[in-house]
Amino acid sequence: MNRYLKTFYLALIAGLALSVASWAHAGMAPRGTGDLGIIIERASGSVKIIETSTQTVLRRVEGFGDLSHASVVYSRDERYAYIFGRDGGLTKLDILTGKIVKRIIQGGNSIGGAISQDGSLVAVSNYKPGGVKVFDSKTLELVADIPAVSADGTQSKTIGLVDIPGQKFVFSLYDAGETWIADFSKSRTPEITKFTNTGELPYDALVTDDGRYYVAGLFGEDGLAKLDLWQIDKGITRILDGYGRGEEKLPVYKMPHLEGWAKAGDHIFLPAIGRHEVLIVDQRSWKEVGRISVHGQPVFVVARPDGRQVWVNFAHPRNDTLQVIDVPSRKIIKTFKPGKAILHMEFTPRGEQVWVSVRDANRVDVYDTRTFERLKEIQAEKPSGIFLTARAHRTGL
Amino acid sequence: MRSPLFVPAFFLSASVAFASEWEPAPERKAELFNLVIQDCGSCHGLTMKGGLGSPLLPQNLEGKDTDVLTAIVLDGLPGTPMPPWRSQFQDGEARWIIEQLKKGLEQ
Repeated sequence: MNRYLKTFYLALIAGLALSVASWAHAGMAPRGTGDLGIIIERASGSVKIIETSTQTVLRRVEGFGDLSHASVVYSRDERYAYIFGRDGGLTKLDILTGKIVKRIIQGGNSIGGAISQDGSLVAVSNYKPGGVKVFDSKTLELVADIPAVSADGTQSKTIGLVDIPGQKFVFSLYDAGETWIADFSKSRTPEITKFTNTGELPYDALVTDDGRYYVAGLFGEDGLAKLDLWQIDKGITRILDGYGRGEEKLPVYKMPHLEGWAKAGDHIFLPAIGRHEVLIVDQRSWKEVGRISVHGQPVFVVARPDGRQVWVNFAHPRNDTLQVIDVPSRKIIKTFKPGKAILHMEFTPRGEQVWVSVRDANRVDVYDTRTFERLKEIQAEKPSGIFLTARAHRTGL
Repeated sequence: MRSPLFVPAFFLSASVAFASEWEPAPERKAELFNLVIQDCGSCHGLTMKGGLGSPLLPQNLEGKDTDVLTAIVLDGLPGTPMPPWRSQFQDGEARWIIEQLKKGLEQ
């Protein structure tokens, strides 16, 4: 071969290799993010970026601080994840490149967050000092600080923070038993509307996916508090009053999560606190229409996106089991025992897979929701929450 | 003359010495550590800095009576989400957990 030609080929190959390497290095190969997500590794302050189409881990990123009880919301372009840590950390992660864009410590002890309807504001719910802080989603600069101090001066932990249409956030005050709406539609200084009669110790809340009803679970009462956000002049009303029939509740070793509530048809499936039951509520009358006995005290009760199945995990010490309820028949059609400490379940956007974190086995399992076959096991260190980017386009998560 | 308090005081000090020397078998110890960090940590924070539940760092527990704290672990605090753990821990294990929390969990 001609010496010059050989040199030319070598240079060409070297150049190609270089450009491929730099693409890979910078994560620049064009791609979408609709099938990506994050697994929280709660004990090591790290996350795994996952791809649901291939059921693989793309990369692991460290440096998120204390991620016990961490949660995530996504920017509306599904590129950035905002990760809320227990230590008050708010971290903006670029899931395409795996780079932390910005990280701030915004409070002493936080519990979760929400992103506004237009994607411009990120709100964080804090236990200490109790209140909600709101940040610009681009820069993470502070936009508003809303201390949860009620009329008598008590500072409360805030819980059940959700976004609702109209550039508003709703949250409840655990200690004071109040619910507040912070309205950012007119300016970056919110108008606050307060409802002071929510009930005893609201521990978590949900909002229906149309953004209309806000429902807070009460630890101190045998019922839930409901606020119709389309008719706020009607105020807070009590629903499912006395669902525990006044019986002593069982010791609650883990608080249920309402944010993972399940809606299937006109019915809402809710975890009963301190009982081995899932409650079924008619969303029009807000009356109980049934209850299903389950393996333990439910923590997450989540519907497959088509609403045909509801998946349930349980509190310690019965947290090695998962159950699947068939919605039309209200029967348990499958009981799994994947391993100790099943903490979370996340469905792919159209529900053909569910990703399940099995904390003490250091594993995330991927199941086919139709055949219940385990498709994949993914290693992860003490995995807890799993958050897919499709959450970007859902209200109230 | 012997003080009438002598006998009970002797027993008390003996029982305290016994309690602080007792520890679970290595396997159970690891189980309890995991449980405290992961499950107690759901409310109190993995690093015991507090959450829905109170902070449980050494400085928060300093000067608080070990018997009282042990009783709270075993019987819970009515009116709050703190549940009774009696079905999960033996008395000695609960006391050992409190002792570990007072020293700090890192070691």
